[in-house]
Amino acid sequence: MPSAPSKLYSDDVSLLVVTLDTNPFFWSTFSFPFSEFLSHVLAFLNSILLLSQLNQVVVIATGCNSCTYLYDSSSDKNHGSTTGSMPSLYSDLLHNLEVFLAGDQQLAKPRVNAAGGGAPPPSLLSGSLSMALCYIQRAFRSGPIHPQPRILCLQGSADGPEQYVAIMNSIFSAQHSTVPIDSCYIGSNNSAFLQQASYITGGIYYRPPHLDGLFQYFSTVFATDLHSRAFLRLPKSVGVDFRASCFCHKQTIDMGYVCSVCLSIFCEHHDKCSTCGSVFGQAQSNVPSSTDRKRKA
Amino acid sequence: MSSGKVVKKAKYKATVKDPGTPGILVLTEEKFVFKPNDPTSSNKLEVDFKFIKSHKHTKEGSNKPPWLNLTHSQGSYIFELETFSDLHVCRELVGIALSKHGEAAKVVSEEQLSAAEMGQRIKLLQEDSKLQKLHKELVASGKLTESEFWATKKQLLDRVENRKTKQQIGFKNSLIFDTKPTSDGRINQVKFQLTPEIKYQIFALKPAVHQAFLNFVPSKMSEVDFWNKYFKAEYLHSTKNAVAAAAEAAEDEDLAVFLKDDEILEIEARKKVRRVDPTLDMEADQGDDYTHLPDHGIFRDGTKEISEAQNSLYRRTLLQDLNRQGAVVLEGKTLDIEMENPRAAAEVLARRKQESDGVLEDERHNRISKMTQIEDLQAQDDHRFAPLCIKDPRDYFDSQQVNAVKALDDSQAGMEKIKCSLSSEEAYSFLRDSIYKIKASGLRDPLFSPEVALKVLNELTKNISSTKSHIGKHSQDSVLDILPTSTKEKLLDHWVCSQELLRHFWSSYPITTQNLANKTRRLKDAISQVYSKLEEIKVSAKSDLRHQVSLIVHPMQQALDAALLHYDADIRKRNAKGAKPNGF
Repeated sequence: MPSAPSKLYSDDVSLLVVTLDTNPFFWSTFSFPFSEFLSHVLAFLNSILLLSQLNQVVVIATGCNSCTYLYDSSSDKNHGSTTGSMPSLYSDLLHNLEVFLAGDQQLAKPRVNAAGGGAPPPSLLSGSLSMALCYIQRAFRSGPIHPQPRILCLQGSADGPEQYVAIMNSIFSAQHSTVPIDSCYIGSNNSAFLQQASYITGGIYYRPPHLDGLFQYFSTVFATDLHSRAFLRLPKSVGVDFRASCFCHKQTIDMGYVCSVCLSIFCEHHDKCSTCGSVFGQAQSNVPSSTDRKRKA
Repeated sequence: MSSGKVVKKAKYKATVKDPGTPGILVLTEEKFVFKPNDPTSSNKLEVDFKFIKSHKHTKEGSNKPPWLNLTHSQGSYIFELETFSDLHVCRELVGIALSKHGEAAKVVSEEQLSAAEMGQRIKLLQEDSKLQKLHKELVASGKLTESEFWATKKQLLDRVENRKTKQQIGFKNSLIFDTKPTSDGRINQVKFQLTPEIKYQIFALKPAVHQAFLNFVPSKMSEVDFWNKYFKAEYLHSTKNAVAAAAEAAEDEDLAVFLKDDEILEIEARKKVRRVDPTLDMEADQGDDYTHLPDHGIFRDGTKEISEAQNSLYRRTLLQDLNRQGAVVLEGKTLDIEMENPRAAAEVLARRKQESDGVLEDERHNRISKMTQIEDLQAQDDHRFAPLCIKDPRDYFDSQQVNAVKALDDSQAGMEKIKCSLSSEEAYSFLRDSIYKIKASGLRDPLFSPEVALKVLNELTKNISSTKSHIGKHSQDSVLDILPTSTKEKLLDHWVCSQELLRHFWSSYPITTQNLANKTRRLKDAISQVYSKLEEIKVSAKSDLRHQVSLIVHPMQQALDAALLHYDADIRKRNAKGAKPNGF
């Protein structure tokens, strides 16, 4: 289905890039079954395609070792193997997901053997966001007329602070190309990364409390195209967690040191900025002495 | 002198011219007293040195008698002493006394305000009832002094001052072309009244005269000669005799300068034409211009004159004059120009012209580049950079509101990591099983029940409408309004009051003078008063509102606490250090 020039893209035609969290460690411990989740998502994707003939859906899997494109509604490579009970969208997507999971498992590092109780590895959200943005860039460059792109992150696993810089870079590049990042976070705590992503790019962040009605949330909140959003009152993010991760230990911090040259964030004092190499002056060891010095001056 | 007291015979003079009242001058380090010899005289004086700003005295050997002049804010006291040696003794003591009161005097002088400033403050207080309340609360109760209070309100005062902008006086909108000569009627002579103002105006109106002045005066002719020539030319114009004007011009080339239609004006006109929108076709409009045709255009004197075309150089129409006058009036006048010296005025004017020319040129380039941009001829403008997106700062605070209200424990509690006890094998196979399941059985049918959908919709609606109120865009929904009005008022007052106190408190650190130390002590007392009042409000609140009130009061108390802690720490540190040479 190549984009023929005769296609009339109006302002409410969407290119929806969905990143799907396929972190096995999350799903195997989460109360809401993955199969249920998938049925809601599949129904939602289908309804997006039904909303307009020109709508386009791309699904990207966010694994913990790799990411991949699972489905592209404009691609020719879809098998179209309509088995009795399933539309081709579903069967293709599920088939690709199986292949992806097998590959992802092979990439898994041996450290997972320490199954005793380590925290589950986070999903590679930064990777899937980058892939989504790459896809959208291709759409932007395909010609002057293209569908309105947006990204929807379906995320469940907790944030990986070590991906902070990569995710923030993706967020800013999305902001730069005015691509909103919507996020539907189904985990138990709010995701600071996704909150910031949606806040900065002007997307919607929502954490649905009733997961059995997931489809309803999808269709009410996340199905709205960018044009219609101007007329609708959608959930607004309140209480965005703007905390950053330090560059040295990848920990989420409330307060820290910031390089005055490149704005890198550190949780403790360093002699030299690890990012730009600027040499810092003496740290003020304790507050009283510093005020002392000021008073003497 | 060592006793710090000097008694001398002296005469007190209210002014320099005053012959003086003889009497006794007693000087101490604190004050000086003058007792006239004549007990009925009203010239008794007793003045503290803190009111004295400075002292002057006449020099020995000058032709003036030995005078001691003590200046205060409204004038000065002059004492004429008998000898210069007496003067020296008095002067020394005054010097000591003044240096002693120096610091104090400075503080006092701050308090001494001009009536205008006082009036401004009163007006501000009258206009702003909140400010008045604060002023009453803080100043009247002695927590802050008047000057301390206003020191932080300087901006307000300045704003009042700025409101009365100095209006620039422009040109009089009268045609100065018609500087009428006066004649006494007896002799065959006319007189022109020339003021610097008129000269300047002539320069502005007639660039040719301006140029000529710069060229000729004073190298070629004197200023008087120049103006004589100018008015002669003007006179020829006013005789309505273009032919005569032409004849005169032929004889005297200097005079011709004035009589010729200003070339410079023409150049300027051309410049103006260039300022016109480049897409406007000026030539097409030329047909509408009748003034160049014979029989058109009223001359300044009201006649309609038809003369030979060759003399048209020496004609000026009323329309041209009026236009020129209008243009000059609109251009305005340079401020701070020295009118008295015509040469200087002429130079300033020339300089200003050059500046504005530069600006005009830039403007024109900008205009042309803007106007000539015809879209289909332009190369495709692919924006290499997306426009910078700057968020509304209000947005940020809205999004933070919940974080501020929400206690930290919420985020902390959820932070404990989910322990993963499965191996990767198990986890992946679990996920694969899910996929098999959905492959085998298809999507759930129905996906979910209508009840769930309704629940979700209700919850979403509630969520969206509650965020609206949470964000506090509608003040009627804020927590403060749940409280009874009296409590609310009290809280707001205390808030304003404590903000003001804290501002003063923190601005007085580091403490360098005794004054600041006193001020912080006063402020500390006031702060602890406010603190206890807040505590009272918290306790007196009704049980159902107590939580809300304490939520509001808590951050205020925290801020006050910080100030009190800082005060104590600072005191302790200074005591521990022991006295420093200057005490601080």
